[in-house]
Amino acid sequence: MKPRRSGNHTWRKIKSALASAIAFISAVLVIAPLGLVFFHLVVNGASSLNWDFLTKLPAPVGAVGGGMVNAIVGSLELLALAGAIGIPVGVLGGVYLAEYGSARINSILRFLADVLNGVPSITWGVVVYGLVVLRFKGFSAYAGGLALGLIMIPLILRTTEEVILLVPNGYREAALALGVSRWKTIVHIVMKTASKGIITGILIALARVGGETAPLLFTAFGNRFWNHSLSQPIAALPLQIFTYAISPYDDWHRQAWAGALVLVTGVFCVNVLVRILTRGRTASVV
Amino acid sequence: MAVAASIIGKERSVQARMASPSRFADKAFEWLTLAMALAVVVLIILIGWQLWIGSSVAIRKFGFHFLVTSTWDPVAEKFGALPFIYGTLVSSLIALLIAVPLGIATAAYLTELAPLWIRQPLTSLIEMLAAIPSVILGLWGIFVMIPWLRDYPFPWLKRFFGWTPFFSGPIYGPCMFAGGIIIAVMILPIITSVSREILRSVPDLQREAAYGLGATRWEATRIAVLSYAKKGLFGAVILGLGRALGETMAVTMVIGNTPQIAASLFKPGYTLASVLANEFTEATTDMYLQALFEIGLVLFGITILVNLLAQLLLRTIATTSATRAVQ
Repeated sequence: MKPRRSGNHTWRKIKSALASAIAFISAVLVIAPLGLVFFHLVVNGASSLNWDFLTKLPAPVGAVGGGMVNAIVGSLELLALAGAIGIPVGVLGGVYLAEYGSARINSILRFLADVLNGVPSITWGVVVYGLVVLRFKGFSAYAGGLALGLIMIPLILRTTEEVILLVPNGYREAALALGVSRWKTIVHIVMKTASKGIITGILIALARVGGETAPLLFTAFGNRFWNHSLSQPIAALPLQIFTYAISPYDDWHRQAWAGALVLVTGVFCVNVLVRILTRGRTASVV
Repeated sequence: MAVAASIIGKERSVQARMASPSRFADKAFEWLTLAMALAVVVLIILIGWQLWIGSSVAIRKFGFHFLVTSTWDPVAEKFGALPFIYGTLVSSLIALLIAVPLGIATAAYLTELAPLWIRQPLTSLIEMLAAIPSVILGLWGIFVMIPWLRDYPFPWLKRFFGWTPFFSGPIYGPCMFAGGIIIAVMILPIITSVSREILRSVPDLQREAAYGLGATRWEATRIAVLSYAKKGLFGAVILGLGRALGETMAVTMVIGNTPQIAASLFKPGYTLASVLANEFTEATTDMYLQALFEIGLVLFGITILVNLLAQLLLRTIATTSATRAVQ
């Protein structure tokens, strides 16, 4: 008997090809914004990016020219402050989850860390405003750094835990069998083995908060001049881009594009560095 | 026997003498890491507490009316958050309507349908999209996306669907629809990458069974993979919703920032996160600040519930697939 397949089978094959085509178009649509944003950043940003932009303070309101050097340096200062809070807490917290905690406690802490990762970044700004800005009566670099640092904690905690769990148990057993105490085993053997992964997680977190604007709006506040004390308001690159983008001046729009190009270049350099560090290992980043 | 016991005893005492400082250091290190891990608990409580303290007077004064009235008049000290809640929900809904089909289709393409060589580069590109800061997407939204939308797709939508209330009225540029689109771009990477992880965790047996029965590629994807992963994909969508509700900078820059409830998606709107971004530093009176803290509390409440739901959904998936793997 000849199998009855011809018409139906062809139709099913066409349907399958059609579905693949639709899925392909979806994938193109998903990455289209990436290409478009990049294209416009380069076109609009490169023409405005010059030596003045990278070395000069903002020009007085209304005047043409000037740069964003204070915002670039300010962002780096804020990242240093954020790192001082986020890195030790996140890394050591991750060590606890991977090395000590019982399964039950760990699943609760992991759950809470994931929920914290979903808290809108603007919420952190409001909370730090209440905790620091209202209490000490003023916007400050400390407040901005704290807001960014708190955002980093759950991010770093989760990545650190993941990479420490990848360290083979044999390493720990070998060290303990030699009479090395547990904490030294963890610090010198386990964390050292996982150091590449831990650093990767820290870099991803820094790149993420480096582009954050919302938590800085009412903590770091922004500043058109150099920041001379960390207890004073400080400029940050994303904040400056926002202020300039929604301003009515054409020259500021131009500078916003240039600032955006600098910021994206920074973020992507870190991402490329991460890719080099994790080469040959597929890290799942959720 | 006695000798052995004495040797063991001696050894123990030697060990005890030598190990005591290091045992103390061990304990200290464990407690230190525990304290750091407990930061996640402290932080959640801290956020809730601070938002509650900051808005307690407003909560007592306005009560339930805060959530259901729509007058936002800082000068008269009348505060109703309904337009912001409405704007947040509608813009997020638009974003989900765009991002969910695209994200899941892309995830299916990445795990099931695409040629192997294309999968890794495409995944990397999507991770890069996730790395674009919100403020930069907003900048692009203001100067590139909105002019384009205003010139081409919006008039077209108006011509064909202008008879519905959703696409009627004048086209300004910044509007609820533009806000929804920019949020969709922001949440596409997370919906896609979480969906991709979920589809990847579907056991190969599922696919093999479908192919064994003579299914085409699409049939295997639809019957054996997508429907198997339904619950996990729902979790990915809810996770995307959580991000959409809290998205701030990009949406603030394109939604128009006008507190109104209008059926037309071409009219400007306002979201909970945007009003915080715009008005927090302008809050001149105590009651104004209290009302803004309460907005923060509402936003935190909504996102925490949505995120709890998403994590629970994603976790039950992980455990059931794990137990299935064990069996």
